[in-house]
Amino acid sequence: MSETQTTYNYKVVRQFAVMTVIWGIVGMLVGVIIAAQLIWPDLNLAPWLSYGRLRPLHTNAVIFAFGGCALFATSYYSVQRTCHTRIFCDWLAGFTFWGWQLVILLAAVTLPLGFTVGKEYAELQWPIKILITVVWVSYAIVFFGTLVKRKVAHIYVSNWFFGAMIIAVALLHLGNSAVIPPSFDSLASYPVYAGVQDAMVQWWYGHNAVGFFLTAGFLGIMYYFVPKQAGRPVYSYRLSVVHFWALIFTYMWAGPHHLHYTALPDWTQTLGMLFSLILLAPSWGGMINGIMTLSGAWHKLRDDPVLKFLITSLSFYGMSTFEGPMMSVKSVNALSHYTDWGIGHVHSGALGWVAMVSIGALYYLLPRLFGRQQMYSVKLMTTHFWIATIGIVLYAASMWIAGVMQGLMWRAVNADGTLTYSFVESVNSSYIFWQIRLIGGLMFFVGMLIMAYNMFMTIAEGRSEDSPVLAPSAQHA
Amino acid sequence: MNDFTNPLVGIFVAVVAFVGVVGCMVFLWSQDNVGFTVGKTTGHAWDENLEEYNNPMPRWWSWLFYITVIFSLGYLVWFPGLGPFKGVSGWCSQSYGGRECKDDQYANEVRLASTLLDKYKGQDIRALAANPEAMETGKRLFMTYCMQCHGADAGGKPGFPSLSDDDWLFGGEPEEILESVSHGRQGVMTANEYLGADTIKALAHYVLSVNGRPSDPVLAARGRDAYMGEAVCRTCHGDDMLGLKAFGAPNLTNNIWLYGSSEEEIIKGITYGRNVGDGRSTNNKMPAWKDFLGEDKVNLLAAYVYSLSNK
Repeated sequence: MSETQTTYNYKVVRQFAVMTVIWGIVGMLVGVIIAAQLIWPDLNLAPWLSYGRLRPLHTNAVIFAFGGCALFATSYYSVQRTCHTRIFCDWLAGFTFWGWQLVILLAAVTLPLGFTVGKEYAELQWPIKILITVVWVSYAIVFFGTLVKRKVAHIYVSNWFFGAMIIAVALLHLGNSAVIPPSFDSLASYPVYAGVQDAMVQWWYGHNAVGFFLTAGFLGIMYYFVPKQAGRPVYSYRLSVVHFWALIFTYMWAGPHHLHYTALPDWTQTLGMLFSLILLAPSWGGMINGIMTLSGAWHKLRDDPVLKFLITSLSFYGMSTFEGPMMSVKSVNALSHYTDWGIGHVHSGALGWVAMVSIGALYYLLPRLFGRQQMYSVKLMTTHFWIATIGIVLYAASMWIAGVMQGLMWRAVNADGTLTYSFVESVNSSYIFWQIRLIGGLMFFVGMLIMAYNMFMTIAEGRSEDSPVLAPSAQHA
Repeated sequence: MNDFTNPLVGIFVAVVAFVGVVGCMVFLWSQDNVGFTVGKTTGHAWDENLEEYNNPMPRWWSWLFYITVIFSLGYLVWFPGLGPFKGVSGWCSQSYGGRECKDDQYANEVRLASTLLDKYKGQDIRALAANPEAMETGKRLFMTYCMQCHGADAGGKPGFPSLSDDDWLFGGEPEEILESVSHGRQGVMTANEYLGADTIKALAHYVLSVNGRPSDPVLAARGRDAYMGEAVCRTCHGDDMLGLKAFGAPNLTNNIWLYGSSEEEIIKGITYGRNVGDGRSTNNKMPAWKDFLGEDKVNLLAAYVYSLSNK
């Protein structure tokens, strides 16, 4: 059988791509609601609509539903195309789609009902965690299976990052989900770790969820879609090699910076801080490689909204990965920790980097998946870009200012040793920034609605089309 | 699991960490010196046009990497970071695992803070209340620890008594206020469901009538009989209804209401009691602050509260 007559499996890519937009809207809507609840507490209308239950729903929806579907869609697309082969095991790939959607639905039901293990970004109860494990292992089989049957000798760099993400997330999920339920008919469970070890394991998980899920995985997206859309070679192969290995090695150590000035021993905190600092250069390697890929083709930025999204995402990536190591320095952390600065940092990464690179990749993918030359409306893509970018700037800037203000107010001490401000005064001073944040978040959300309209019009005018598997280029075969 | 106190864990992690940090530098150096062909691709191609230039890493980027590694190695010499090696500075954020610190940040700050209020030590509460500077400090302490329940103006809210009027549940003398702040308070009103809904309603109207609030005179008269007779109200609130500060039983005649003056709220109080702890009564507790804040601050707080109604 000749491989060139068969097609790539675009069906699973289409499924995940469409759900990325849907879950993005859901997750960001919940974000807008909880941002409004901080300003108007009366919006806590019922227990299942209260801030404490919606907040984990928001984080799970945007990270694992929106971000997760984006990773599945882009990795399935690019691994097939860079391996010049159809995906390994079509039915298992299909299972990862339905399994992942089931996980998301179960989360969307159990979290508002108040079922949680209370670990940030790992709130789901043990039966759902087992389902996650099954789906993730299937993902690994499909992804690495496709790599194994590749028709080219070398493995393209985007696949290194996707592969590292899949392995590391499996490790993190299993490590942090080690719990024992009191009985098998109970949703509740006890962690096998206690006290400060439990905290350490949680933040080893929590920070690497950022490091591997939201950084390595999305760098995989960047390494495929930026050179593709720019039509130019990746700037430096050697930089890819060095920053890849350095990134995945050092990220694993950075977790303790979430536990500065706690019961965690000083030496552990120190290591967390130093590895976070060392992480600066490896993180920036990805930004440099992405942005420099465009050198010589900067004019394309003027009228290509896909590149606008991709390059802006890299700028935000660079900013957040500079900010992160700075915030991990103990004396900076003493000011920034527990304030809205953390929220600003996370969202400049989550909206600016993760969402923008995903949106750019989706605008690249959607026409190709639905047999069209271009999205239904390029103008709406540009509109989306500007409304989203301004939204992020409002969001991040307001939270930075609010965070620094809160940190300064909380630590201000009078000569007699009393606090200069009571806590509620810092809350009172934060309202204006929370209002600006709500406007920023709302703008980003509206951008997603525009995208959904554009997507459905593209689908309506297109048809589901799988492209034939390409033969590897001559020099490579 | 061990509690990170087993020295072997620290030694193991220290070795891996040190090798890792140095390894980063060696790895970078080894990759910085391979043959580059600027502006030429590596010769590999994927998916039609995906290629990679064989460019070197930007110099400034390599230097950034080296600098963070070198800084980290220096930091590890100076500060605790490599397991059992404490760092030459002797700094630590707090004592732990029986380890003594040369420069114990936490202990230093506690020591420093403990001297700030020395000038008020052992002073009489009335004298403190008359000292404007002390009351500035007292007010700030109140705004940090007390206003969450009693309000910024100390006016209270349902369930949390006003501290700015002359009505006191547990007494308004300096010693009594100091006792309240130091050791906390929780008055208990027993549940009286056994009296039956009719009698309880009558009692509520009696209490309303005593305070000059709208009430049904027939019910109030019946309530008065119940108050002095079958019900146990007067055990705590007294025949004269002026209350008993030993129990924190409120005065029922001064039209000041801890939980509200509506008939419904009064009936709820009589029926289920307060602070019964069975999940049906409202529960409120004044916490004890002495162990948490220390004697000096508790004294200043008592003086501030005293000053509010004794200007």
